[in-house]
Amino acid sequence: MSASWQARLSPVLSVLALLLAWEGVVRVAQIPHYTLPAPSLVVQTLVANFPSLAGSWWFTIKITFGALALAAIGGVMIASMFALSRGLEHAFLPIAVVLQVTPVVAIAPLILIYVESTTAALLLCAWIVAFFPVLSNTVLGLRAADPLLRDLFKLYRASPWQRLRLLLVPSAMPYFLAGLKISGGLSLIGAVTAEMVAGAAGRETGLASRILEASFRTETPKMFAALLLLVITGVAIHWAFNALSRTLLGRWHASEKQ
Amino acid sequence: MPEPSLISLKDIDKRFANGVMALRGVRLDVAEQEFVSLLGPSGCGKSTVLRVIAGLESADAGEVRRLSSNRAETAFVFQDPTLMPWASVFDNVWLPLRLAHASRAASADKIQAVLRRVGLAGFESAFPAELSGGMRMRASIARALVTEPRLMLMDEPFAALDEFTRHQLNDDLLSCWQAQRFATIFVTHSVLEAVFLSQRVLVMGQRPGRVVADMRIDEPYPRAAAFRTSPRYHAACTELNAALARLHADVDQVVR
Repeated sequence: MSASWQARLSPVLSVLALLLAWEGVVRVAQIPHYTLPAPSLVVQTLVANFPSLAGSWWFTIKITFGALALAAIGGVMIASMFALSRGLEHAFLPIAVVLQVTPVVAIAPLILIYVESTTAALLLCAWIVAFFPVLSNTVLGLRAADPLLRDLFKLYRASPWQRLRLLLVPSAMPYFLAGLKISGGLSLIGAVTAEMVAGAAGRETGLASRILEASFRTETPKMFAALLLLVITGVAIHWAFNALSRTLLGRWHASEKQ
Repeated sequence: MPEPSLISLKDIDKRFANGVMALRGVRLDVAEQEFVSLLGPSGCGKSTVLRVIAGLESADAGEVRRLSSNRAETAFVFQDPTLMPWASVFDNVWLPLRLAHASRAASADKIQAVLRRVGLAGFESAFPAELSGGMRMRASIARALVTEPRLMLMDEPFAALDEFTRHQLNDDLLSCWQAQRFATIFVTHSVLEAVFLSQRVLVMGQRPGRVVADMRIDEPYPRAAAFRTSPRYHAACTELNAALARLHADVDQVVR
């Protein structure tokens, strides 16, 4: 019991120590707030500007989760096609790899030219960054079903639908969830990167354009406040998927065994 | 044999994709309710024979004749328990019935009964990872028994277990067999196990796999543990060992 408390408390303590040190250094060295604001000032700025930042935060969250949902759906659909046919995989996997290895900052300007709606362009950019881990992990997972269990399903004349639902989906689940964890973080990165490229274009803007905007005005505390919201979002996504994975796999998969 | 065979293989040839001749001219007949062991060294094609009988692989030549064309009456127990790790013992045993569209509630009585029979009552909600190797194999056997098969195919099911557990499972398998009277083809490389369990032992030679000896074990059932220490048991084991030794001598001659 004490060991588990220690395990939970130690990251909190280390972060607290870091923040205290930061606060102390800023105060003692009297660093001006436009160079490096103290954590206390960042929190104050966040509270004071929250009504205006909240709208941008919500926009970034929408892009992130929209892209993640599309990545999950698209990744699984493409993976199912690949799992059904090696030919399709040979034909289309290289395209997926090209999309994956091309830095999104480099193609975002093009996408912003071709796609009229900024929101759709941002979604597309974030999706390109996020879909690959789901795709490659799900392909692997669908192929990882125990060959003897496949034989058993054949022996009992399972329909293709029964085989998919009762054998392939559960076998692929740990792989899919591992991919989803990576994609969750990447969709936030993709969304913010694309927003950075888009700048202040469009009526609605996300946290990235608020950071850019604040940097033009040297409002460093506001930059940190927006950054803090991004960090909170990323950590929340990470926790949520860890919890989901523990709930779904906790009792049977080695990766989630205590 | 007075009654027609439940399953009958005539001159089965099977060549693997890599060109290796796995089986040549395999003939065997198994009667309804009969317990037959297939005994032979590793790699002699015993498992392939089972897979051909189950319809999981097709023969290149020869004929597989079965009394009933209903493949659902065949059950298969693999060397590995092959349970679904994400499902409880209950749900694993439910699988064959579920694939035949029987609901969980409608299957519950059958599942409970078969779990009691294999000694897993009380473990319905356990997951495979929470069970010992012997208990996992019991769950695997329960899954095979739940459809009340006419033909039970077992591919070295107890090979990975320790001797004590293996003896227990041998005894329990025989009492299940006596209760349900399914025909059994039991693949093993253990002479001791084959003699203890079977009414008939077929010895298979390797490269290519074929049946080289067919020996009856005339010992009444139920077979008590005392059978394992009886002179009759030892005589049968000695004879089978001799048949296996002849096989090795033949192989050596071929090699030279």
